[in-house]
Amino acid sequence: MDVTSEGLKFIDELDRFGGVSRRWLIKRDESTDSRYGVLPKTRPISELLRFGIICVDKPPGPTSHEVVAWVKRLLDLPKAGHGGTLESYP
Amino acid sequence: MVWVGWGHPKVTGVLPIALGDATKVIGVLMLADKEYVAVMQLHKYVDDDRLISVINEFIGEIYQRPPVRSSVKRTLRIKRVYDIKVLEIKFPYVLLHVSCEHGTYVRKLIHDIGEVLGVGAHMRELRRVRTGPFREDDYLVNLHELSEAVYLYNELKNQSLLRKYIMPVEYAVSHLPKVVVSDGAVGALTYGADLAIPGIVRLHEHIKKGDLVAILTLKGELVALGRALMDSEEIVNNMKGVAFKTIRVIMPRDVYPRAWGQRYTRTS
Repeated sequence: MDVTSEGLKFIDELDRFGGVSRRWLIKRDESTDSRYGVLPKTRPISELLRFGIICVDKPPGPTSHEVVAWVKRLLDLPKAGHGGTLESYP
Repeated sequence: MVWVGWGHPKVTGVLPIALGDATKVIGVLMLADKEYVAVMQLHKYVDDDRLISVINEFIGEIYQRPPVRSSVKRTLRIKRVYDIKVLEIKFPYVLLHVSCEHGTYVRKLIHDIGEVLGVGAHMRELRRVRTGPFREDDYLVNLHELSEAVYLYNELKNQSLLRKYIMPVEYAVSHLPKVVVSDGAVGALTYGADLAIPGIVRLHEHIKKGDLVAILTLKGELVALGRALMDSEEIVNNMKGVAFKTIRVIMPRDVYPRAWGQRYTRTS
């Protein structure tokens, strides 16, 4: 399969994952150049650590902030953040 | 009976963590809908029919004042509770499944249900089962598994587990409507330019002016988040004009060649 078809297949997979069932409106037919960028699923680890998401099952006890700090240290990242706190207080 | 010293409720569940530059999309996840499973503890007995009918009154728009210990301004806010299902009742415990708008305090919701019932109630346990597109599924990882995956990678150079747990950032915006752009449009977007119609290859139907969208390459890479300046149908029927305002750029510059200011030749 060529890189454009692979890319569009990945986008369809994203729609399914996100529960999006909208149809596509096509402006024109075009292909992508394999020399630039990368199919997200083939991103090397070093890039995944910059453009990736980990879904952590937060344990009881530490705050969301403490869990992020722990993951950040474990993966030796310059930056990390969570998508919405999950705390016993409030 | 004296109801003091309950301690903190046990709180667990889906906590998406964005790595590195992926932190630019966490706003999207914070604003996304959430689902919880919670244990409510009633302070006195109420019969099941009354309990269920009072709980049903809390489905829809509710007023909430954030709790004393919270990180937002304590003014009355309107929050949408999409659904509350009673999964099990075993007095004094009631197992609930709550689906709600971001920023709804389940702890407060349960307290308020107790007030309306007239018997009092508090949240005993809370588990988040969904944050936007992320649910309890095989990709959900606990800290122990993650530390094993990192060990495997650092010590044995084996990427398999780490690759299983780190998802491409694109999944975090998978619930948004999408717009796919040509290679030639990517460069300018990463330099902050808005997206004009000629750069668009395809887009989802029913995007309305003002909607937040994910702007992707034909490979499926997230370039930026955009705000629609036109409806989908208007974009399809026009050949020029600025269609999306670029509000957050995720892709670094110069991954794709600069093509603006020169005639971009399509590779077909």
